[in-house]
Amino acid sequence: MPLDLVTNVLIAGVLTGLVYGLMALGLSVIFGVVRVVNFAHGEMMTIAMYAAVLLFAQWQLDPFLAILPVAAVFFVLGYLLQVWMINPFITRPEYSQFMLLVAVAIIMVNALLMVFGPSARNVQVEYQLESFALGPILFDKARVYSGAAAVAVSALLFAFFKFSRSGKAIRACADNYLGAKVVGLDVKHLYGLTFGLGSACVAVAGCLMVLLVDVTPLLGPGYTLLAFVIVIVGGLGSMGGALLGGVLIGVSEAMAGLFITPSAKSMVSFALLILVLLFRPQGLLGRRT
Amino acid sequence: MTRGMNRRQFNKALAATAATTALQPFGIVRAQSSKLKVGVLLPRSGVQSFFGQSCQKGADLAPGLLKEMLGVDIELMNADTETSVDTARTRAERLIQEGANVLVGPFDSGAAGAIAQVCEQRGVPFVINIAAAPQITEQGYKFTFRNFPTSVDLVRNGLGLMRDLFQATRTAPRSAVFMHVNDTFGQANAKAIGAIFPTLNYLPFKIVDTISYDPAAKDLTVEVSKAKATNADFLLLVCRVNDGIILRREMVKQRWNPMGIIAPGNPGMYEDQFYKALGRLSEYCISNVPWYDPKSDLANTIEKAFDRQNPKDKLMFHALNVGYTFEALMIAADAFKRAKTTAPRELAEAIRQTEIRNRMMLGGPIKFNAKGQVDGNLSACIQNLNLRPTVVLPAAAAEAKPVFPVPDYRKT
Repeated sequence: MPLDLVTNVLIAGVLTGLVYGLMALGLSVIFGVVRVVNFAHGEMMTIAMYAAVLLFAQWQLDPFLAILPVAAVFFVLGYLLQVWMINPFITRPEYSQFMLLVAVAIIMVNALLMVFGPSARNVQVEYQLESFALGPILFDKARVYSGAAAVAVSALLFAFFKFSRSGKAIRACADNYLGAKVVGLDVKHLYGLTFGLGSACVAVAGCLMVLLVDVTPLLGPGYTLLAFVIVIVGGLGSMGGALLGGVLIGVSEAMAGLFITPSAKSMVSFALLILVLLFRPQGLLGRRT
Repeated sequence: MTRGMNRRQFNKALAATAATTALQPFGIVRAQSSKLKVGVLLPRSGVQSFFGQSCQKGADLAPGLLKEMLGVDIELMNADTETSVDTARTRAERLIQEGANVLVGPFDSGAAGAIAQVCEQRGVPFVINIAAAPQITEQGYKFTFRNFPTSVDLVRNGLGLMRDLFQATRTAPRSAVFMHVNDTFGQANAKAIGAIFPTLNYLPFKIVDTISYDPAAKDLTVEVSKAKATNADFLLLVCRVNDGIILRREMVKQRWNPMGIIAPGNPGMYEDQFYKALGRLSEYCISNVPWYDPKSDLANTIEKAFDRQNPKDKLMFHALNVGYTFEALMIAADAFKRAKTTAPRELAEAIRQTEIRNRMMLGGPIKFNAKGQVDGNLSACIQNLNLRPTVVLPAAAAEAKPVFPVPDYRKT
């Protein structure tokens, strides 16, 4: 197997994995704090992808520039979704939460089908078909920019949780729900803030992903499943784990396609998931509860 | 002059009503209908939605045109297979329960196999518009008919046209990398190429690698990287439309400029969506596919009706889908006209006796062999030139000369 082929595929896997990681980061943040698993995560990303497509079609707005408005809208929608719909379910059994979010996901997919139809849509920016060359090694420009943006947004999120007062308050809620209430934190507002941040994260991932793949309404469930695989491999609730999981899944899919057969990509992801569940159930960077 | 119904008349009417009700499930009364109910199964959503919607345009033309041509009333009962074999099966069951006299469709080989099983069990005729897997008409089915080449015929015709292409352009590529989708259709094509290619001594190239991929794949980076690494002279490609678009873009990203991309008998690269999504990058792709005869009377009639019904569209972008779907419905209507009944057995027997010479598609008359297969459907070599599918071979039907090897995409 030629080395440049392996290197090219490896680089593509890492860069795609970073965007996967950002997508899963949203899921991980929401679960880590609110303890609700967002089963509509992939569907939310699909909506963000459509938003980027519409902004491009209407005003030729580059998906990188679309990140700000789309993330802002998603933050508000995520906040409202948490405060109005999910908060009442926080104390209910997990199957109720599950059914609620699955229902939200189904509504999203069908609404997208009704509005946009089943055909694939995309954006066509100039750099999308270009690549940087370093000898025989090619770096797909859209992937490089998307990977860099994913890292930057993840770093911002880390910084927010580490250094800001709201971030520290959210972490306090995650560590000790009762203690946070006792010291007077507005837990419901902080949960809303967290869901909003998770939604904004997935919105950014959607804007980046639309540069890499065409969007169809039926893309959502597959991405929800992929996000689960990533956060379970990385460690549910661990932000670093989500990024690491994303890169691992991206690379393992790419390598499986290269060394086994392209049809075996998903098989390898799930094999990795089973191994992690067997030997490190809390995930690679997760904490044992 | 009668003032009302007497006891005997009332008893007769009651008996007739009872008999009608009792016999309805067995289709005895239904068989006397003056209208043929045709269940049209197509993938109008899902991965193959573009093809399904394209075929639907052909189906929608049929009731009006067939009434004019044959004086036959047909009623379409449309159903969406959602590009799923299981859904195709359940929709076929439901259409039959709802009174469909004959089923037509479904564009896809996997779905066609499932529908054929249902139709055999229920004894309802099934006319396949497009589906190439040979096994569908190798099962000894009595109610399944196909007016579309099998993948073996598609590949044989396609490879034959490849020889003509190389002769016409005085080229002799030495190697090809073969990429194909791994659905039923793609695997049937791969199997046919594996069986036929080694027996041909007139093609100058070798297949250096075979790479299969999922037609629903969102990203084909790895697949294209592998194909590029073979350094093959050209790409032999069995694709669908969405994956064809993704693959073409990926080739550009990876700066891979082979002598050309040639499809040996599959759809994808001459479809409207391919041009719309890729623009100039769609140029010069070659498809050796069953095609329509633009000079035939029926093609002209259909083109006029198509333009009326789809003023913003062009028949050439849907020719294969519209043509074969319309012909499938024409076969059903023609059989109904001759059988003068919707009784399934009589209708199936009439379909078996079909002989239609006035066709839209290239090839001999529509005439089914003992297996329910029409032999003699022909292919043409279509190249994307100036953002439209252009016949470049056979020379007799050619609208332009073939271009091979193709220029670098940056110069197109």
